[in-house]
Amino acid sequence: MKSRIIGSAFAAALIIFAGYAALYIAPVDMRQGQIYRIFFFHLAAWVSTFTALTIVFVSNISYLATRRQRWDSLGVAAAEVGVACCTIGLITGPLWAKPVWGIWWTWDARLTTTFLMWLLYVSYLMLRGLMEDPRRRATLSAVFGIFAFLDVPLVYMSNRLFPTQHPQPVFFGGPNSGVDPTMAKVIVLCMIAVLVIMIPVLIDRYKVEGMRAEVEELRQEVELRTSQPAGTHLDAPARTVNVKEVL
Amino acid sequence: MSTARAAAILLGKELRLEFRTRELLNATVVFAIVVVVLFSFAFNPTPDESRHYGPGLLWIAFLFSGSLMLHPSFARERSNDTLDALRMAPVSGFAILLGKMLANFIFLSLAEVVLVPVFAVLYDVSLAGIVGRLVLVLVLGSIGIIVTGTVFSAISAHARMRELLLPLLMLPILAPLLIAAVEATSALFSRRPYLDQTWAAFLAGFDIVFLTASWLLCDFLMEE
Repeated sequence: MKSRIIGSAFAAALIIFAGYAALYIAPVDMRQGQIYRIFFFHLAAWVSTFTALTIVFVSNISYLATRRQRWDSLGVAAAEVGVACCTIGLITGPLWAKPVWGIWWTWDARLTTTFLMWLLYVSYLMLRGLMEDPRRRATLSAVFGIFAFLDVPLVYMSNRLFPTQHPQPVFFGGPNSGVDPTMAKVIVLCMIAVLVIMIPVLIDRYKVEGMRAEVEELRQEVELRTSQPAGTHLDAPARTVNVKEVL
Repeated sequence: MSTARAAAILLGKELRLEFRTRELLNATVVFAIVVVVLFSFAFNPTPDESRHYGPGLLWIAFLFSGSLMLHPSFARERSNDTLDALRMAPVSGFAILLGKMLANFIFLSLAEVVLVPVFAVLYDVSLAGIVGRLVLVLVLGSIGIIVTGTVFSAISAHARMRELLLPLLMLPILAPLLIAAVEATSALFSRRPYLDQTWAAFLAGFDIVFLTASWLLCDFLMEE
C-alpha cells in the first residue's frame, strides 16, 4: 500500500513536470509558434497506444496457445488502456490540425489507420461485453483481436497511395533533422511520463480483471453447489479464498 | 474424410437448406437494390457523377448486404443446436468453416449477378468489354467479405445482440478491402477502362491474409 502511494505520487509529479516542460521549457517553434506544444502529448499518446495494442496482440496469441486466464486479463486491460490513449491522440490531433492545416481532419493514411484502429478495438471491447461464457469470451475475442491486429497494416497500405498531409517524423531523425535538442529532451520526458502513468494503470486493470474472473468462477461454483439436491455428497471446494490476502 | 470432400458435403447441405426457401437470398437481393435506389434519391447523380460515385455505392451495397446475409450462417445453427452435431462429425473445423464460406460466397455472387446489371441500367454505366475484368474484381472482393464475415458470424453467434454485433465487427475490418475494391472498380468504370493491377493484387493479398488466419484459428472458433 505504501509503495503504491509513493508510486502514484511519483507518476503525478512526473506528468506535472512533463506538462510544465512541454509548456515552458521547450522553445517556441520557428514556424508554428506555440500551438506545436500539443504535439508533445500527441506523440506520447501514440507511443502508449502502440505499446498497449501490441500487448493486446501478444496476449491474444498467448491466450490461444496456453489458455491461461491471465493472458485474457492482460488482453482486456491493454485494450482498454490502448483505446484510452488512442482517444487522447485522436482528440489532440485535430486540435492541432485546425490552426495549422486549417481543417480538423483529413483522410490520410496515418489518420485513417488510427481512427479505424480505434474502431476495431472499441468493437473488441464491445464484443467482450456481449458474451456471457468466460471461456468462450476469452477464446473468441482473442481470435477477433488477432484479425483486428492483422488488419491495421492493411488499412495503412490501402491508404498509402493517397497524398498525405500528416507531417513526416522529425524526431529521432538524426542530428540534422531540424529539432532543437531541448525539444527532443522534452518529448522523451513526455513519453516516459505517459508510459509511467499507463503501465501502472494497465497492471491495476489486469489485477482487477483477474479478480473479476475468479469471482465469476467462484459464483458459478456456488450456483452449481446450491442447485444440488440436499444431502448430495459434495467434493471439497475447488479453492478457498483468504479475503485478507486478496485485499 | 478429406477436408475438401467434407466441405463439399457441407456446401451441399447449406445450398439445399437455402434453396428450399430462398428467403436469405431474396432478402439480400432486395436489400441491395433498395440501397442502390435510395442512393439515387439521396444524391440524384448526373451520369458523370454516377461514374464517380457508382463504384463506392456498389461496394457499400455489397458490404451491407454481406453483413446482413452472413448473420444467419451460424446463428441458424443455434436454434436446434445443430452446430454441436457438426462438431461431433468426424470432419475438421476448417471443413465446417470452408463449407459455410463457399455457400456464402455463392449467395453473395448470386446477389451481385442480379445487382450489377440493375446498377448498370439505373446509373448508365456501360459494362460492355469489361465483364471479365469486373468479374475478377468482384470475385476477389467477395472472397474477402465472405472470409472475414463468416469467421465473425461464428464469433457473433455466441454473443448477445448478435444481429447488431456482426456489422460492427465486420465493417471496420473490411475498410481496406472497400478502398481497394472501389479503386479497382473505378478504374474499370472510367472512360478508358483498365484493370488496376496494384489494387487487384491488394485484394488478393487481403484474401490470402485472412483466409490463412481463419485456417490457423478455425479450431478455436469451432470448439464448444
